[in-house]
Amino acid sequence: MSRMLLIWRKSLNVVMLTLTGVAAFGVVAVLFLILGYLVWNGGKSLNLDFFTQLPKPVGETGGGMANAIVGSLKLLLLAALMGLPVGLMAGVYLAEFGGKTFSYVIRYTTDLLNGVPSIVIGIFAYSLAVLPVRHFSAVAGGVALGIMVIPITVRSTEEFLRAVPGSLREGAMALGASKWRTIATVVLPAAKGGIITGVLLALARVAGETAPLLFTAFSNRFWSPGWGQPIASLPVMIYTYAIAPYDDWHRQAWAAGLVLLALVLVANIGTRVVLSRGGGGRST
Amino acid sequence: MGATTHGNNATAARLAPQVVMSDKTSQASDKDALVRFEISDLNFYYGAKQAVFGLNLKIPKNRVTALIGPSGCGKSTFLRTLNRMNETIRNTRVVGQILLDGQDILQMDVVGLRRRVGMVFQRPNPFPKSIYENVAYGLRINGFQGRLDDLVEHSLRRAALWEEAKDYLHNSAFALSGGQQQRLCIARALAVDPEVLLLDEPCSALDPVTTAKIEELMFHLKDSCTMAIVTHNMQQAARASDFTAFMLDGKLIEHSETSKLFTTPTDPRTEAYITGRFG
Ligand SMILES: Nc1ncnc2c1ncn2[C@@H]1O[C@H](COP(=O)(O)OP(=O)(O)OP(=O)(O)O)[C@@H](O)[C@H]1O
Ligand SMILES: [Mg+2]
Repeated sequence: MSRMLLIWRKSLNVVMLTLTGVAAFGVVAVLFLILGYLVWNGGKSLNLDFFTQLPKPVGETGGGMANAIVGSLKLLLLAALMGLPVGLMAGVYLAEFGGKTFSYVIRYTTDLLNGVPSIVIGIFAYSLAVLPVRHFSAVAGGVALGIMVIPITVRSTEEFLRAVPGSLREGAMALGASKWRTIATVVLPAAKGGIITGVLLALARVAGETAPLLFTAFSNRFWSPGWGQPIASLPVMIYTYAIAPYDDWHRQAWAAGLVLLALVLVANIGTRVVLSRGGGGRST
Repeated sequence: MGATTHGNNATAARLAPQVVMSDKTSQASDKDALVRFEISDLNFYYGAKQAVFGLNLKIPKNRVTALIGPSGCGKSTFLRTLNRMNETIRNTRVVGQILLDGQDILQMDVVGLRRRVGMVFQRPNPFPKSIYENVAYGLRINGFQGRLDDLVEHSLRRAALWEEAKDYLHNSAFALSGGQQQRLCIARALAVDPEVLLLDEPCSALDPVTTAKIEELMFHLKDSCTMAIVTHNMQQAARASDFTAFMLDGKLIEHSETSKLFTTPTDPRTEAYITGRFG
């Protein structure tokens, strides 16, 4: 009887181990499948023209997405300018100052904001920044992406600031530093690596957003000078090109996907390298 | 006594140099020592919980005062009231009077107070900066104008770290060993030239050799600095301090010259503690 039980237990062990192992392998496999497919398809249609040329008129093959690459960068810059200051400061407030109830309310609200579907944020930005002026614009797109950047920045900033040992704060204050001085000169530098990583993650998250841009920044087949015109972006271009009935456009959509991914990766790795060389911090 | 002519008698007496007098708790007979800190009827509360009860103590100038007592008796709490570090904890309350050179510290600007009363913590807590920047930190935030290099070197020398660190000044402080980090923290505290240095178990994470170095350093610092040190090490208290205060359950039980307290304690609880029968 107990022999049966032992066998049963052992086989259950093996089954569970196999199941979880397969699932774990599946996760990795899916990621590499996507990556591989993207590199395979995108790499084929990627050439210098893609980075330097404007889209060709419908019917002609060739051309590139120079305007969409610049457009995505401009939109991210706007999102960073609008979302990061709010997110960073709110994160500092939560980690260093907030009382119990108020902090709880902020934290809860931030989580809710994080869960709001991006299309809803798009509608909000539309009524805020498009309806009043009656045209799509880069600024409207920046507003939408900026709002999405806030909650991720708040939570990651708070988390990394909390991870800074209290003994460092005490050390600075024991030398006569005020609370603000302590935060600015000791706590923030100590958490710098983590905070920047969090910011990058937030920007990377919104870099691929399409829905909120469709009716804020819209798109543009030409250069969009300044900040008040509709502007092209890689995700919206991918969407438009992927559903179009032309093979050449499909290829370009793959290439755009690859470029988008590469942008995010380069930014991420670049910052890590700079941070680890900068020394001082414990980011290494 | 050369009392000043203005003000009422109490202030005049406070402003005049004071001598440690014998009283119930302080039986110091070292008549040359002036008082740096005078603590009267000090009570301290963490929320509703009281951690220090009616404490009276005089900390003499240019001497080392050791605070001993079992874990949780309130040594750190008491030490941290002296530079008002406890204010950084929510819901705390101080009742009583603490005079630094006759001035009520609770009325003082806290930044000025902490500049005069430095602190070294139990665990070394160097900032994630270079060795140089760690030492210069206190000077920078106090708007020091002048040659930082000289003062950094001077402070590192005083903390007996210069020889080991001089070639690595711009490397991260985290690359130092624990004992070196603790001496760096002492150098950092010394850089702003404090009148008082509070040390909360500064040697508890250190080996005997480094501990000896720090004790020697304390001996030399007496020329320019008043020190109060919390320690669990009876030998250290006996070796390195001039006066010793024994605390139990938030109360000061006995305070006298170290030689006296360790040889002829008056309270049976003190004797029980120093002979290792409890705590
Ligand atoms: N932040 C705090 N909040 C509430 N109570 C505290 C806090 N810090 C200390 N206490 C309490 O105050 C009392 C004195 O603590 P304190 O840290 O001063 O003891 P200590 O003598 O330094 O002990 P040790 O030798 O272990 O360091 C203890 O009962 C402790 O539980
Ligand atoms: Mg303690």
